[in-house]
Amino acid sequence: MADNSRKKERAVVFTQERLTDGIFSMWLETGAAKEAVPGQFISMYTNDTSKLLPRPISICEIDKKNSRLRVVYRVTGEGTGTAQFSQMKAGDGISIIAPLGNGFPYEKAKGKKAFLIGGGIGVPPVLELAKQMKCEKKQIIVGYRDAHTFLREEFEQNGEVYISTEDGSVGTKGNVMDAVAENSLKADIIFACGPAPMLRAIKKYAEETKTECYISLEERMACGIGACLGCVCQSKEKDAHSNVHNKRICKDGPVFLSTEVEI
Amino acid sequence: MSVDMRVNIAGVEWKNPVTTASGTFGSGAEFSEFIDLNKLGAVTTKGVADIPWPGNPTPRVAETYGGMMNAVGLQNPGIDMFCKRDIPFLKQYDTKIIVNVCGKSEEDYCQVVERLSGEQVDMLEINISCPNVKEGGIAFGQDPKAAESITKAVKKYAKQPVIMKLSPNVTCIPDMAKAVEAGGADAVSLINTLTGMKIDIHKRAFVLANKTGGVSGPAIHPIAVRMVYEAAHAVKVPVIGMGGISGPEDAIEMLLAGAKAVSVGTANFHNPAVTIEIVDGIREYMEKYGFKTVADIKLGTGYF
Repeated sequence: MADNSRKKERAVVFTQERLTDGIFSMWLETGAAKEAVPGQFISMYTNDTSKLLPRPISICEIDKKNSRLRVVYRVTGEGTGTAQFSQMKAGDGISIIAPLGNGFPYEKAKGKKAFLIGGGIGVPPVLELAKQMKCEKKQIIVGYRDAHTFLREEFEQNGEVYISTEDGSVGTKGNVMDAVAENSLKADIIFACGPAPMLRAIKKYAEETKTECYISLEERMACGIGACLGCVCQSKEKDAHSNVHNKRICKDGPVFLSTEVEI
Repeated sequence: MSVDMRVNIAGVEWKNPVTTASGTFGSGAEFSEFIDLNKLGAVTTKGVADIPWPGNPTPRVAETYGGMMNAVGLQNPGIDMFCKRDIPFLKQYDTKIIVNVCGKSEEDYCQVVERLSGEQVDMLEINISCPNVKEGGIAFGQDPKAAESITKAVKKYAKQPVIMKLSPNVTCIPDMAKAVEAGGADAVSLINTLTGMKIDIHKRAFVLANKTGGVSGPAIHPIAVRMVYEAAHAVKVPVIGMGGISGPEDAIEMLLAGAKAVSVGTANFHNPAVTIEIVDGIREYMEKYGFKTVADIKLGTGYF
């Protein structure tokens, strides 16, 4: 029997900062920081009772010493839950369930040349991964739309950074795989988070080059804890829990070995 | 004053009138990390079919104003794995087990019900109201004759009391309740979700892959209360009320509308501990207004 000690808890906003157009950074004071690992996420609830479901937001940084978690998130539109998060101020209470999901198996990178790839709003979780990962060569490849290259300086303190932008304003014009090709980068292991088309390209690249690859997936969620089966992805083999070719992104993921899922 | 929270639903005694709405709670394993399942009157499991079902494509869920929409499509591991894994899990707890059964044909339902006749479960809930699968489910739930006939069929195989779960997507809910009662239902539960649609104006596309989905949550609660009231006054068998129950007040409203017990669904996603808070809240209400038993909670009773 489970010890039923998990809780939806009331965290406190420690800082809130606008990083660039529509991208915000929030540090939360929460005991959940003690257990969190890179690649996990937080279910964040608004204080608006017309919005029932939690927003799953990836963890950007973990400060165990001060019991704080950082989230960097995109405001998805006016009146949305994320817009409400962005209006919160230091000292405000926010309901969360954290940490959730499995996280990146970054210990597998030991002694290897690694790619740490983030694209769009999939960039933030790569930061804590870069901070905790120990490997022979840490190549961080981050893709942005334009010159608003949020978190760039923090990445530069944690590895070799390669940037791609869709409009070519910074780094390689194109996507993260264009940056890999332009700089002739090579890796023995890949960790990636970002939009589905980017992950599809990375999965294909990893299969062609026979490279071990872990990708973090995203899907609309309801419960966030594995009960509702809202956020499934297709698995290559029959999944032991679902007994069909489906895995739960919130509970079995969000990080999967690229060869075990169909995206 | 000590209050007696026990309720008797078709001969099965629950320790309190609160269960979980099928599909929102899995078989309890995930929520057991958050709450003590021993404190629930019953756990109603996610619908299970004779064979594993993969469900619908994603996106399967979306938020709506004061609620949500889902088109999971009854993904389930099939009855064999359910019996091997989920029933033993729930048997660890001192709570009643209600197994929700889904199917695409009469034979599907009967096969699962027959299989469950030898299992240690307390009640069966027959889902004839899922709006998200093309065949079966709702096909039996929108026509009184079909509903009566499927009830009769499963009753032949059932060793446990049968609860028929009704759809709100009908013109006349009392007719549906009477039909399943005539078919031999031991209880009815309602409401399942209301069929809805949501369109993304920026992508100019349906939000759910299935186009339509079942709307649930507090936004639909008043509709559920009305339908529970109508059903409870149309049949003699006990009614289990559900639909947008998010706190003790909503649950008590359902009891006053005529439900003998309540199920809590979507609210579990907003607050994993909500079921326990509802049990506690009903107890406090009974103490406050002097109700000795749950059955005493009726319209026009007590002191004000």
